[in-house]
Amino acid sequence: MIQQFFAILVFPGVAFLFVFSLAAEFIDRKLCARLQNRLGPPWFQPLADFIKLLGKENIVPCDADVRIFKFMPVMALAASCASFLYIPLWQAKAPHSFDGDVIVVLYLLTIPTLTYFLGGWYSRSVYSMIGAIRSLTQLFAYEVPLFMSILASAMLANSWNLSEIAQFYLQHPGYWVFNFIGFCIALISLLGKLEKTPFDIPEAETEIVAGSFTEYSGKLLAFFRLSLDVEMVVGASLLAAVFFPFGIGLQPVTGFILYIAKVLAIVAMISVLRTLLARLRLDQMITLCWKYFAPIAFLQVVINLILKGVFLK
Amino acid sequence: MHNSQDVKVPFGPQHPALKEPEGFLITLRGEKITASSVKIGYNHRGIEKACEERTYIQDLYLIERVCGICSHSHATAFVQAVEEIAGLEVPKRALYIRSLIGELERIHSHLLWLGVAGHEIGFDTLLMYTWRDREVVMDILALLTGNRVNYGMNTIGGVRRDITPAQAKEVLKAVDILEERTKYYIKIATQETTIIERLSGVGVLSKKDALKLGAVGPTARASGVARDVRKDDPYAAYGELDFKVITAETCDVYGRTVVRVLELMEAYKIIRQIIKNMPEGPIAVRAPRKIPAGEAVSRYEAPRGEDFHYVRSNGTEKPDRVKVRAPTLANVQAVSKMLEDRYLADMPIVIAAIDPCFSCTDRSIIIKNSGSKNSKTIPWEVLHIQSIEWYKERRGIDFSGLNRKYAKGFKI
Repeated sequence: MIQQFFAILVFPGVAFLFVFSLAAEFIDRKLCARLQNRLGPPWFQPLADFIKLLGKENIVPCDADVRIFKFMPVMALAASCASFLYIPLWQAKAPHSFDGDVIVVLYLLTIPTLTYFLGGWYSRSVYSMIGAIRSLTQLFAYEVPLFMSILASAMLANSWNLSEIAQFYLQHPGYWVFNFIGFCIALISLLGKLEKTPFDIPEAETEIVAGSFTEYSGKLLAFFRLSLDVEMVVGASLLAAVFFPFGIGLQPVTGFILYIAKVLAIVAMISVLRTLLARLRLDQMITLCWKYFAPIAFLQVVINLILKGVFLK
Repeated sequence: MHNSQDVKVPFGPQHPALKEPEGFLITLRGEKITASSVKIGYNHRGIEKACEERTYIQDLYLIERVCGICSHSHATAFVQAVEEIAGLEVPKRALYIRSLIGELERIHSHLLWLGVAGHEIGFDTLLMYTWRDREVVMDILALLTGNRVNYGMNTIGGVRRDITPAQAKEVLKAVDILEERTKYYIKIATQETTIIERLSGVGVLSKKDALKLGAVGPTARASGVARDVRKDDPYAAYGELDFKVITAETCDVYGRTVVRVLELMEAYKIIRQIIKNMPEGPIAVRAPRKIPAGEAVSRYEAPRGEDFHYVRSNGTEKPDRVKVRAPTLANVQAVSKMLEDRYLADMPIVIAAIDPCFSCTDRSIIIKNSGSKNSKTIPWEVLHIQSIEWYKERRGIDFSGLNRKYAKGFKI
């Protein structure tokens, strides 16, 4: 019982996740800064920002729906933390794994975006509402390619269980190479989910101030920002587990180090992409996702079906 | 909220995309802009009026502070008008030095713009890179004049500092570095997919509209109007220099970007020529303290477009009237046209594409007989007295000794 609580709350649960997400934010910011020829923040900056925001006053706009406004940041954080429990990190089996958990993880990762929408919408400020509508519009664009690319890999493994998918690719090491297209699509869709350049349209600073978060301040903003960081780590862990399962099931120390390395490598890819590209317009983003990414993700599904039919009889 | 589907979005006076206070009110349907209006007047500083209270030499430094970026442009335009009234023959070397500083200023302004444009489309890497390289030209300006932005180089009848051969060598060295970097930016601006996606076809201003709305500078040149004061009405040393007027036919923000980066290359060419051909001789002639009565108009091709100054003197040591028309005022009319049928996401870059400088362009509007009961016209003298009394009562500072002309009006 105590051991289970420890696993959920401390390691590898919530406390570890918080520390790791702040570290990942630091890596993202520092790398981005170095690529942009800047010095970048010191290592404790994300934590310092978080603590500072916790100490600030909470301001709720007069017109806002107080309950929803205050509840959404907590909801976002809870949803992204909960999805972490089903992903195999370095253990052979995730602590709460069950059949069909890949669907649950994808579903739980959608909830933060919905909270950004609701929080922004009920802030009742023009910028927040435009940002809210944009994040929802964007959700419909990137979600389909993301689901298809992850489910294609699940299809090949013939399982809806993340731990079993990972085990399948470990036992058939040649096959995860074929998922490369799916990984690229999933990584780009993840940029949309995390609202990072080139898909930071919902919080485009020069257009709508901070989008959904415009009216947020203090603790509520701190939780929203933390939930974005947590989402980044969870998303990266999901991609690592599905597409690069090597290292899962090794001894604790080697496996743990490999896991951290994999996640940080994916975070680094995200930073490089956001340094290299300019922000797209919403219409361009939707065209890109539906016209190119969705068919490419579908191609991955077809490839995996053929592989399954020919080789895995 | 409104009952209709239209949402009115205030874009300023305080907004992260705008570096100065100015107001845009846009009406949105979905992401599309259906109407837009521009409101300036948040940053009026009364510089023209203040010029009438100061001598010509003091005015020179005040006029220089009209704009932080094109400070040399305003100072030169003003000083040219005054020299024309006074009938001064400025030495050749001084004219060359003025052109040199003017071109260095153009480089620093265009590099700044490129960074701002990158930031507006969410491409911060470009901002960081161009602003890093802008430091090179800022350092050169500081080396030549002692200051990074307000150079204080001009004086009536010439310039205040000479350029030594050692300094000229430094300038050439910096130009070589900058030219190499600019080639890289030309490559980025013309080949990077996301930049082209975001810029081409955005903020279209046809050649006809550009002429009708009186656009100037790179904004007009990107619409195919070869309008450049340096060629049309050569001042300083430009008549003797060889350079091209860069134009583009695309009429959009992409064209404006291309025009600016190619103008950078022209600026390097001009600077090399200036350094090579700079004649020997004095750098200034003595100017009288009192300028004879008369009036003059002066034009100058600032980085943002044609800068226009009008000076009228009445034979005393203070001007009778100074009038500044900054290039942004000519271009700001075109913004509403450019925003027609565009998306909200294009708004920041379309505004930024004219390279606006709103505090330079700001002016007060006098509305006579507005219909309100409280409206009244206050003469300048009365307003002046009121302001002095206001400070005396509220702040305990007595300014009455500063201007004896109005002293008799004070209640003491």
